[in-house]
Amino acid sequence: MIRKLVRFLDRRTGTAPLLRKTLRYLFPDHWSFLLGEVALYSFVILVATGIYLTLFYENSTATVVYHGPYVPLQGQEMTQAYRSVLDISTTVKAGLLIRQTHHWAADIFIAAIVLHLIRIFFTGAYRKPRELTYWIGLTILLVSLLEGYLGYSLADDLLSGMGLAIGYGVAVSIPFFGANLAALIWDGPFPGKHDFFSRMYVAHVFLIPALIGALLVLHLALVALRHHTQFRETRRQTERKVVGIPTFPGQTPRSLGLFFAVAGVLFLLGGLVQINPIWLWGPYHTYISTNGAQPDWYLGWLIGALRLVPGFDLTIGHYTLVANPFWGGAALPSLVFIFLYLWPWLERRFGGDSAYHNLLDRPRDAPMRTAIGMTTLTWVFLPFVAGSSDRIYVTFGLPYIPQIWAFRVLAVVAPPLAGLIAFWVCRELQAGERVERRRKRAEEEAELA
Amino acid sequence: MRRLLVTGLLALALPAAAAAAGDQQLGYRLFGQYCVACHGVAGSGIAPARVIGTGPQRVPRQQLGLAPSLQGVGALAADFYLRTGYMPLQHVGLQPRRKPVIFDEPQLEGLIAYVASLGRGPKVPKPHPERGSLSEGMQLFTDHCAGCHQVVGEGGYVTGALPPPLKDATSTQIAEAIRIGPYVMPRFSTKALSPSQVNSIVRYVRYAKSPDDRGGWAIGHVGPIPEGLVAWFLGMTALVACCIAIGRRFRRG
Ligand code: HEC
Ligand code: HEC
Repeated sequence: MIRKLVRFLDRRTGTAPLLRKTLRYLFPDHWSFLLGEVALYSFVILVATGIYLTLFYENSTATVVYHGPYVPLQGQEMTQAYRSVLDISTTVKAGLLIRQTHHWAADIFIAAIVLHLIRIFFTGAYRKPRELTYWIGLTILLVSLLEGYLGYSLADDLLSGMGLAIGYGVAVSIPFFGANLAALIWDGPFPGKHDFFSRMYVAHVFLIPALIGALLVLHLALVALRHHTQFRETRRQTERKVVGIPTFPGQTPRSLGLFFAVAGVLFLLGGLVQINPIWLWGPYHTYISTNGAQPDWYLGWLIGALRLVPGFDLTIGHYTLVANPFWGGAALPSLVFIFLYLWPWLERRFGGDSAYHNLLDRPRDAPMRTAIGMTTLTWVFLPFVAGSSDRIYVTFGLPYIPQIWAFRVLAVVAPPLAGLIAFWVCRELQAGERVERRRKRAEEEAELA
Repeated sequence: MRRLLVTGLLALALPAAAAAAGDQQLGYRLFGQYCVACHGVAGSGIAPARVIGTGPQRVPRQQLGLAPSLQGVGALAADFYLRTGYMPLQHVGLQPRRKPVIFDEPQLEGLIAYVASLGRGPKVPKPHPERGSLSEGMQLFTDHCAGCHQVVGEGGYVTGALPPPLKDATSTQIAEAIRIGPYVMPRFSTKALSPSQVNSIVRYVRYAKSPDDRGGWAIGHVGPIPEGLVAWFLGMTALVACCIAIGRRFRRG
C-alpha cells in the first residue's frame, strides 16, 4: 500500500534521486557543530512567538489614559504601543508567556550565534572555500543586533525610551552626516514623530526577519553545497573525503531532539523567569529616567565602551567634528565587524596560505590566529563587563571611578596580554604533543628491537 | 491583610513620634560621647562646606564641613539619621550608610529629644500609606526619585554617591528622607510634595519591595544585567550541555 503510494508519487514527480541524496547527505557529528542549529531553532521560536505578539501589538504613539487591571499604572498617560504591551503582559491569554519566551529566545539566539562564531573562528572553518558562508553568518549577527534593539525599543517602556535616547545620541555623533541621518530615521528631533515607530515596527516584524530568513537560507544552502568541515580525528578524515552521519536515520532524531531541547529551555525560561517586566518600568516620557538603565546583553559592550571612553569632543572652533558617543557607540562596533569581515582575507594575505581547507585546525594548530582571536575577544569582553560597573558597585561595593579607571587600563593592557598568553599556551601544547609522539615512536622501536 | 500590616508597622513607628518625650539628660551625655567631635558643642556644626558630588540634574551638592549644624533640624532629622544607623558616622567624607543601630530604644529617644531641643525644627512625620494612591505614588516616584533610586527602588550609582536600595526603609524613614534630602538627595518641601503625595510615594515604595512579579522568578528587578546572566549561565549552558549530550566529543584516532 505504502510502496504503491510512493511509487505513484515518484512516477509523477521523479523526486526519488533527490530524496535519496537528501537522506544520505552527511552531517558532522561533533557537538560544537550543533551551536548553529541552536541559533536556527531559536530563530524558529522567535518567528512563531513574534507572530503571536503582532496579533496584539499596536503600533501607535497616540496617547491614552490607562484604566486596565494593573493598579499601579491606572490613570497614567501612555502610548498605545506601551498600553498594548501592558495588555499582552496582563490580560491577553498566554500573552506574558509568549512575550517572555520571545525575549529569552532573542537573548539565546544571539548567544548561540556568538558561540557559533567563536567556534568557526578558532577552528579556521571560514577559510577557502567557505568565506561566503562566513560573511553571511556575520551579516546575520550584525542584523540580529539591530533587530533585538528594535524589539526592545518597540515596547515603549521607560527602558525602551532611554535606550532610544542613547541610540539617537550615537547616531547624531557620527561626523558630517550624523545629524541628518538621525533626523531622517527619527523623522525629526528626538523622540521622533509617529512615522518613526511605524518604521521601527515594519523593520522589526517584517523587513529584518525576512532578511535574516533569506540570509539563513543562503547560509544553509552554502553549507550544504560545500559540505561541512571536520577535525582530523581519524585517518579516514582527509581534505578530500567527508565523514559524518547521514540525514536519515542518523541526524534527523538528533536535530529533532535538539529542536525540542531549545523549545523546551526557551519556554521554561519564558514561563518561569521574569524578563523585562515593562509593567514595573512604566511608560516612557522624555522628562523621566531610571537609574541603571541597560540594553540587552548583546549591546552591553557598547554601553561599557561609552563609559570607558574619556569624555572629550573633537572640535574645530565651535564646530563639533566628532562628538563623544561616536567612539564607544559607533566606532567600536564598526571596527570589530570590519575586522571580522576582513579576517579571512587578512589571514590569507599575511599568513601566506591560500589553499582549500576542508579540515579544521584545533586552536593550538594555529597559534597566531588563536592569539589574534583571544585579543579581539578580550577587547570586546572588557567593555562588556564595564557596562555593568554601576551594578557591580551597588552589589559588591567596588567604587565606581576606580573601577572605570581599572577597566580603561585593562582595555589597553589585557588584550595583547591575552593574545601573548594564548600564543604561548598553543606553543606549549604543540610541544607537548611532539614530545608525546617522539616517546611513542621510541617505545615502538624499543619493542621491535 | 495589607492594611493590617501597614497599621502594624505604624504602631512600630509610633514610639518615634513620642521621641520628644525622651530623656534629654541621657541624650546630652550620649551626644557628648558620640557626636560632639563632629557636630560641635550644642550641635553648632564645624568647618566650611565642600562639594561632594552631583545628582542626575548635575546640581553640585555640598557636604557641610566636618558636620552640619543640628540646630533646627528637629526630631525629624535626628530620628532618621539615628534609626537608619547613618549616625554616628565613622569619619567625615563618607556617605552615611545604613548600619545596625548601636543605641537601645531609651538612648535613641534621649538623643532625638536632645537634638530636637537644640532649636525649633520639624517633628517626626506620621505617613499614612494606606491613604495614598498606588498609581499616583508610582508616577511621583518615577518623576522625582527613580533617576537615583531606580524605578523599583533597587538603588544605583550617581556621581559621588550611592542612592541606596529602598528595601529596608520604613514608612516613617521614607517620609523623613523626602523632607531632609540626605547627602546628595534633593530636599522636597511641602510645596514640592504635599503630605498626601508623600503618602502615595510611601505606599508605592512599600509596594515596590515585593511588586507584582507575574512573570515568575524576579531576578532582582534591575533588568538586562541579571537577564543576561540567566541567558548565558542557565539557558545557554543548558543548551550547550544538550549539544554535548547529543553530539560527539573530540577524540584523536
Ligand atoms: C539625587 C539623587 C536622589 C534623588 C532624586 C532621591 N534620592 Fe533618596 N537618596 C539619595 C541618596 C544618595 C541617599 C543616601 C543618603 C545618605 O547616604 O545619607 C538617599 C536616601 C534615601 C532614603 C533612605 C534609604 C535608606 O534606607 O538608607 C530614602 C527612603 C529615600 N532616599 C527616598 C527617596 C524618595 C522617596 C525620593 C523621591 C521623592 C528620593 N529619595 C529622591 C539620592 C536621591
Ligand atoms: C564623623 C563625624 C560625625 C559624627 C561622629 C556624627 N555625625 Fe552627624 N553628621 C555628620 C555629617 C558629615 C553629616 C552630614 C551628612 C549628609 O550630608 O547627609 C551629619 C548629619 C547629621 C544629621 C542631619 C543634619 C541635617 O542637616 O539634616 C543629624 C541629625 C546628625 N548628623 C546627628 C548626629 C548624631 C545624633 C550623632 C551622634 C550619635 C552624630 N550625628 C555623629 C558627621 C558626623
